[in-house]
Amino acid sequence: MAVLGMAAGVFLAAQLAWPQLNFAEYINFGRLRPVHTNVVILGFGGNALLGTSLYVAQRTSQARLFGGLWPATILFVGFNTLAVIAVVGYLFGITKSMEYAEFEWFIYWPLILVWVLYFVIFTGTILRRREPHIYVANWFYWSFIVAVAVLVIVNNLSLPVSLTGTKSYPVWSGVQSAMIQWWYGHNMVGFFLTAGFLGMMYYFLPKQAGRPIYSYRLSIVHFWSLIFLYIWAGPHHLHYTSLPDWTQTLGMVFSVMLWMPSWGGMVNGIMTLSGAWHKLRTDPVLRFLVVAVAFYGMSTFEGPLMSIRAVNSLSHYTDWTVGHVHSGALGWVGFMAFGALYYLIPRLWRVPRLYSQRLVELHFWLATVGILLYITAMWVSGITQALMWRTYDDQGFLLYSFSDTVVMLHPYYVTRFLGGLFYLAGMLVMVWNVAQTIRGVHLRAPQARPAAVAAGAQPVPAE
Amino acid sequence: MSQTNDRAAGSGLGDAPPPGAETAAAGKPLLRHEVVEKSAPLMLLLTLVSILIGGVVTVVPLFTIESTIEPVPGVRPYSPLELAGRNIYTREGCYTCHSQQIRPFRDEVDRYGHYSLAAESQYDHPFQWGSKRTGPDLARVGGKYSNAWHEAHLINPRQVLPGSIMPAYGFLARREVNPEEMAAHLRTLRRLGVPYTDEMIERAADDMRAQANPFDRNLAAMRERYPKAAVGPFTGPPRSPMDQTPVRITEMDALIAYLQVLGTLAEIDRLRPEDLRQIRRTGASPQ
Repeated sequence: MAVLGMAAGVFLAAQLAWPQLNFAEYINFGRLRPVHTNVVILGFGGNALLGTSLYVAQRTSQARLFGGLWPATILFVGFNTLAVIAVVGYLFGITKSMEYAEFEWFIYWPLILVWVLYFVIFTGTILRRREPHIYVANWFYWSFIVAVAVLVIVNNLSLPVSLTGTKSYPVWSGVQSAMIQWWYGHNMVGFFLTAGFLGMMYYFLPKQAGRPIYSYRLSIVHFWSLIFLYIWAGPHHLHYTSLPDWTQTLGMVFSVMLWMPSWGGMVNGIMTLSGAWHKLRTDPVLRFLVVAVAFYGMSTFEGPLMSIRAVNSLSHYTDWTVGHVHSGALGWVGFMAFGALYYLIPRLWRVPRLYSQRLVELHFWLATVGILLYITAMWVSGITQALMWRTYDDQGFLLYSFSDTVVMLHPYYVTRFLGGLFYLAGMLVMVWNVAQTIRGVHLRAPQARPAAVAAGAQPVPAE
Repeated sequence: MSQTNDRAAGSGLGDAPPPGAETAAAGKPLLRHEVVEKSAPLMLLLTLVSILIGGVVTVVPLFTIESTIEPVPGVRPYSPLELAGRNIYTREGCYTCHSQQIRPFRDEVDRYGHYSLAAESQYDHPFQWGSKRTGPDLARVGGKYSNAWHEAHLINPRQVLPGSIMPAYGFLARREVNPEEMAAHLRTLRRLGVPYTDEMIERAADDMRAQANPFDRNLAAMRERYPKAAVGPFTGPPRSPMDQTPVRITEMDALIAYLQVLGTLAEIDRLRPEDLRQIRRTGASPQ
């Protein structure tokens, strides 16, 4: 899923640099873009969340999965089948045309069922815990599951034209449709890509570092203020639009306030390394996790900045937003998921170690260079274009036509494409490394212990 | 530092809170959090309440405060052909590169026209304001270019705008739309609150054919139902009044009909400043 989604992203980047690549209606930019966003968010992000949350819930509750293996298998198969059907539909133009919520009504209803199943499995596992306390990672996972359910249900209500057709009309219209969409859209970032991944951080970072979480109190403040404040921030996507001003102002104020819990969380993550900083030199997996938190800090500083109306008037509608999203998605979400996967794979398959640490190292640098190329190109192109849009000549006329500003962006679009290519290459290195680890290739070498080979052959369910 | 670390910290390591953690924060108000994190139902309830407050406060008043959508004369539901075109617009994901929302800045008003009003998208299920301008804003593109320009541009954008990076949409001209289908769409939208009348739904197919053909006998009735609708032919050569063959309506015709109506309905000249109390009290412009 990750590879497919990222490959789609790289291809889209290439289309923006070389429009001739839009050579068939099914892969035109407009149809492929939701494929990219949905596959990376729901496919890559979603599976990372489902997998790690059920693992972490079991480990920290010292309890087996609620309902055993079957419900979880149905969840995995159901979620992914729906994602694939939805995404293939986008290629054929079956879409509600709401960002990150493109799936049509016939995906909506089964998706809710699948999500309820997820909630039941997760909650059931927590209820069976043998520890009095619910661990902090689970607070975040839980809030993510609950919030996403509310968001998906409300935003995606739509009325089908006929029960035998794919087309439906969303219930909400105009201003309300815009507000509800960005309440949904921003909080898919806030809960799907942030709260859920913070759950990951609170488990995998201390585990890999071998150090306790820096501050318990900070995690309480972090959790409650984050989930309370995030929900308000949606209107900052609608500054200066026909949305009433009071709503925009609320969105801006709460977005700026959101900076504090976000950085509280970042400090909590980074400071967890106290006494273990030296491990960063030798442990590339830990480096993924820590750099993820650093990108979290950067994105959550940039976000509030961009939500300020005056800044937003420049940044909105430009590539700056695209760059911001990708610093969060590639840097925070991606790196956190990679770190968690590198941690999990050897443990789940009972292999003593990864196939190659040096390949993890290579992945890390390819991905880092990729992100830097990507976001730098987008900063420059976004600000360049925004400034050109508002440039007047001394006669009081607009200096540049719209297409003048598009032509200017070509070099940055090429750079962005290269950045994406680097990141994708890193991903492929990871796939190779993980496959070799699971096959246990490195253990068959003469110096490996024979016992480990047998254990490495069979996948073992999470426990 | 690590001395003051506590049970959450411990559980990160040992997958279980360490003994003695309870005393760590004794006497502090935060201690009460222990109650919450030991009770799954309480934790769940508080989480749900926390995430609902912000959503309720920002969303619900938009349905109750009357000034949210101030009435603007001229705004009407889409004609069947325009609606069919809008469905092409959404199907092709045009919103991924084009916004339909002009902000009240000097440069945007100069470039695109009067800033957008809430009423102008009140019948849009869903809104298509967009979030990215890889291409220009389309909120008031209606009437700015001829039908022939749109046709040529959709078939090969780089033929009319050499620097364009838009995909080509020639395939739309090869696909017909079916007027008979539109009544069901109008009916669905009426259930969602769009004020289509019984007559509009009954005559949907006729209206759609009429809009594509300047010599259709139902044209006047269509125009009465949908004032200011742009009339075809939207693609191909001009049609002869002698031509009795039924009009072939393609997806491109529908899309162009939709593009030509965008932003043309609201009679902004008739508005007085006091009609728009909601809009732009701040009047803020960065320039």
